[in-house]
Formats: sequence, C-alpha cells, structure tokens
Amino acid sequence: MPVIKARVTVTLKNGVLDPQGKAIEHALDGLGFGGVGSVRQGKVFDVEIDGADKAKAEADLNAMCEKLLANTVIENYAVEIA
Amino acid sequence: MKSAVVLLPGLNRDRDMIAALTKISGTAPVTVWQTDTEIPDVDLIAIPGGFSFGDYLRCGAIAARMPVMRAVAEKAAKGVQVVGVCNGFQILVEAGLLPGALMRNASLKFVCREVKLEIANANTAFTRNYAAGQIIRCPVAHHDGNYFADPETLARIEGEGQVVVRYAEGTNPNGSINDIAGIINDKGNVLGLMPHPENLIEAAHGGDDGRALFESALGLPKAA
Repeated sequence: MPVIKARVTVTLKNGVLDPQGKAIEHALDGLGFGGVGSVRQGKVFDVEIDGADKAKAEADLNAMCEKLLANTVIENYAVEIA
Repeated sequence: MKSAVVLLPGLNRDRDMIAALTKISGTAPVTVWQTDTEIPDVDLIAIPGGFSFGDYLRCGAIAARMPVMRAVAEKAAKGVQVVGVCNGFQILVEAGLLPGALMRNASLKFVCREVKLEIANANTAFTRNYAAGQIIRCPVAHHDGNYFADPETLARIEGEGQVVVRYAEGTNPNGSINDIAGIINDKGNVLGLMPHPENLIEAAHGGDDGRALFESALGLPKAA
C-alpha cells in the first residue's frame, strides 16, 4: 500500500498574542542570542495517509485542519505533501 | 428541575458539579458519557471543569469532537440551557457553540485563587437572580483562560450583551481581552465561564455567591 507523507504546520494568526513565544524570546535573549526580533510558537503534525491520490490527500488534510488540527479562530494552517 | 452533567475522561470537577446541582435542585442530575448520542429531556446541561483528554492538542479540542457534544449541540439548538465551566467553557468554544477562543494565560502560570466578578448582564437565564453590576466572589483554577476574539466578534458580543461576567477590581487572572470571564451565545441559552460558581454555593465553601447562577438557570426563585 503506497503512503503519502504530509506535514501540517499550525501557527498563530497575526495579531494573536503568543505569551509562550514571548517567554521563549526572552529566554533566548537570556542565553546571549542577541537580535532575536520575535518568536512565535506553533505546532507541526506529520501525517501518513494510505493511498497515492495526492489531490484527495490534500483535500482531506485541509478538512482535518478545519475540523480539528487548527482552531481557525486563532490559528492558520499550511499543508505540505512530500 | 432536571439537569444533566456531561462526563468525559480527564474531567475532575464533575463531582463538584453533581453535588452543587443536587443540593440546589433537590434532585441528582443524570450523567451522560462521552460516547452517548442522546441526552435525556432536561432543563439544564452542565459541562464541568477539568482536563478532558489531558488538554491534548488544545484544551477541550478532542472533547468537543466526541459524540456527546453533537447531542449537546442538538439540545442547545432546541433551546435547552447549557452551561460550561472552565474546561467546559473551553469545550463549548472548541465545539463552535460559543464564539472566540481560550488561550494560555498571559502569565503562563496556572492560576488557582479567588477573583471578583462583575455581573455584566443580569438579563440572562443564568444571571437573572443577580443584580446588574453586582460584584461577586468566585474561585478560578485554570491554565488556559485567556479569552480572545477577533475585533469584529468582540464588538458584536459586547454590543449584544453577550459578555455576561467580567473580572472586576483588577482581578483578571489570565489576560482575557476586556476582562471577559464568561459569555453567552446569541440565543441566550449557552453560557461558558472560566470561574467555578459550583465551588461557592454554601456556607461550608465560605460563601454562596455562585449559587444564584444555578438557581437562575434552574428557574428557581432568588434565595432570600
């Protein structure tokens, strides 16, 4: 059975405050990494889908993002198929 | 008045909610499990607090997609009153039954303390036994209660009186926009709030400021 490998990236929308990203930014500064303008934390999902139909897989992955993987009130998502 | 409490793995305030509803209504609520697809005829459905599914993915995200939540949505569409407390609020926003989102507390810390709440709208089924502008005490205990909505949604819910309770007197524990502690849907029958009114209903709790919320929702008269 062929397998399609995909990566879904979920990030906070612009304008949504990201306190975790801010804390990481400050920690990087504390470690001496100067010049870090900003850090935004997100999520990555590596998904394997049975089959070879990439168009269907992409449509399914977009639906998965809309229904579960992302909260589209605060998050954007991107689907990338290997 | 009949009530139901939704049970999901990882909730831990279900017993508090059952005890509060039993004491206030005089009848034990029925309980419905996450896989149940039907909810008996009740006047009020309560979704308690806790950490359903370990807060995996996002708080309330997995719970919101369980079969029981489809049943809750069907009941809500028919006008049955639904209240979600803490994780229950997170589940209601994840299920799309309430607008906005609940994000990590601005402090990044879990907060477990007492706050002051202002009854911002006393003209709802859940707050009619309070006075508008009344300040009450209420406990909070959460890590992700930082309410967010885009400017358009925020303007709409503020304009329509859907903000029901706000953190008052500088006690906002989580950075919520406009000090929002609890909101109601546009139909006025689904309420979500981060604080725990079920934990302040009798003298043994050190106060009963939360009791009127359940009395209101259960159609009981205002306590003397």
